[in-house]
Amino acid sequence: MAIVFQKPKALTDVPYHYCPGCTHGIVHRLVAEAIDALGIEGRTVGIAPVGCSVMAYDYFKCDMIEASHGRAPAVATGVKRSMPDNIVFTYQGDGDLASIGLCETVSTACRGENITIIFINNAIYGMTGGQMAPTSLIGQVTQTSPYGRDAKTQGMPIRICELLATLDAPAYLERVAVNSVAHVRQAKKAILKAFKNQVEGKGFSLVEVVSTCPTNWGLTPDKACQFVEEKMIPFYPLGCYKDRG
Amino acid sequence: MGEKVLMKGNEAIAEAAIRCGCRHYFGYPITPQTEIAAYMAKRMPKIGGTFLQAESEIAAINMVYGCASTGRRAMTSSSSPGISLKAEGMSYLAGADLPALIVNVQRGGPGLGGIQPSQSDYFFMTRGPGHGDFHIIVLAPATVQEMADMTRLAFELGEKYRMPAMLLADGTMGQMMEPVVLPEDTVDPETIPATKPWATTGTQMKRAHNIVNSLYLKPDELEKTNFERFERYAKLEKDECRWEEYLMDDAEVCVISVGITARVAKNAIAAARKEGIKVGMIRPITLYPFPKEPIAKAAAKVKSFLTVELNMGQMNEDVKLAIGCSKPVAMCNRVGGMIPSADEVLAAIRKEAK
Repeated sequence: MAIVFQKPKALTDVPYHYCPGCTHGIVHRLVAEAIDALGIEGRTVGIAPVGCSVMAYDYFKCDMIEASHGRAPAVATGVKRSMPDNIVFTYQGDGDLASIGLCETVSTACRGENITIIFINNAIYGMTGGQMAPTSLIGQVTQTSPYGRDAKTQGMPIRICELLATLDAPAYLERVAVNSVAHVRQAKKAILKAFKNQVEGKGFSLVEVVSTCPTNWGLTPDKACQFVEEKMIPFYPLGCYKDRG
Repeated sequence: MGEKVLMKGNEAIAEAAIRCGCRHYFGYPITPQTEIAAYMAKRMPKIGGTFLQAESEIAAINMVYGCASTGRRAMTSSSSPGISLKAEGMSYLAGADLPALIVNVQRGGPGLGGIQPSQSDYFFMTRGPGHGDFHIIVLAPATVQEMADMTRLAFELGEKYRMPAMLLADGTMGQMMEPVVLPEDTVDPETIPATKPWATTGTQMKRAHNIVNSLYLKPDELEKTNFERFERYAKLEKDECRWEEYLMDDAEVCVISVGITARVAKNAIAAARKEGIKVGMIRPITLYPFPKEPIAKAAAKVKSFLTVELNMGQMNEDVKLAIGCSKPVAMCNRVGGMIPSADEVLAAIRKEAK
């Protein structure tokens, strides 16, 4: 019998700790599929962040490093500069990449470091129990915006792809989602491209994945996917923001 | 023996690091240590190394963390306010058991303080600079020669005990020029990662994945890592204390001092000896581990101790702890970038000899 579907080789057998309906599992899989497709597992080093995906180091079979909150791009820079032929990726959430680590994010993009960043934007701090993120939508109720995010006192959400697209150095910036089969297919293509770019030495590539957090959004998995479609995507339009080819 | 050259302390550290196989420097400008970065910026590109001016001290120490994870000899340097920013990174390096070199050429504080020499980061560095239970190796050079020699020692001890190591110099040490014989260039940087089986260099599909990490959500596991780490610290404390004794055979007053003040104190001691005062000095070379034993031994013979420091009495406390407060421990200190003159130290010695 022909095998038509199997677990990517770059994933370990450790069961995920993620909540039901969380899309981290899908994105982990897409990253592992990209690693498999390019045959780079043996020379890949991944950097896990602080946040829900803090234990990503247990799930990927390649060498892994756990970074402090927000510093994954700096850690990745240290790895890449010491082993330029290795493939280095970071996997970061919105609090990690767009708040505490914004300086590292922008500076690493500015340097055009030849690394790959997978940025999970689910508009909330999941690990600490649902606080307002830099990407939380206006009116979004969280533990630290209990009356809904108010632009007057809590500012506007940040659009990372658009921000980084103003820089000269990045090679590739794309925003995707994983709330439907069609979107997962596009996300798969984008993540593969972000890794392939690095293999080919093209420079800084970042894929922003608009994701879900059913637990902290207080929605069922199904309704969370609907929320992505109806609320998130209108504010965070999907598409390619930069591709130097 | 290599050739004797005239060099600034900061530059001696940089050149010595290169000769010890360090090919990766990550830094951020701050006075009075910027010559290290400037030297690396010139040299590294010529020898296939990395000089990277990071966006902040925080980013620099995290680049060191990433580079050290791959088994390379990595370093950063800064001065007091910048070291505050590196504290988080030092805690993570210690928690992940990564060796790395951090240079702190101290200036006066707190806050922005000043840019003149100081030893006021003593507590901060020797107690574990960051959150959690940990130590870093702390070496205190008093000559440009020691700046070079201790660079090598810091890399070697750090790797032996799998922990970050610091050169803790005062601003004077960084800025002064002295003749120095640099270490022989014998370390091949390419061979270093192979000695570190834990390094995240890529599995090459030949082994299970390595994980560099300091997160342990199960308390019993985290406790175990702390206990194991402190067993290493105990061995370090037992085997690696270094100090210099000067005219201690018949001393009745024992001066304890490091860095620039130890040199000033030497002059004061020579003058006091001429007056017939029996005074000597123990100069700690390792600040962590602190050389408690020779100081405790001296306590059995001397009348009193005198610490000479560029802070408000930080090492003074370690001396009291080392001798269990069995003898008086006086202090001669200046702060804010001021340095006591030999006459000031001599006056303090005279007072103790009475």
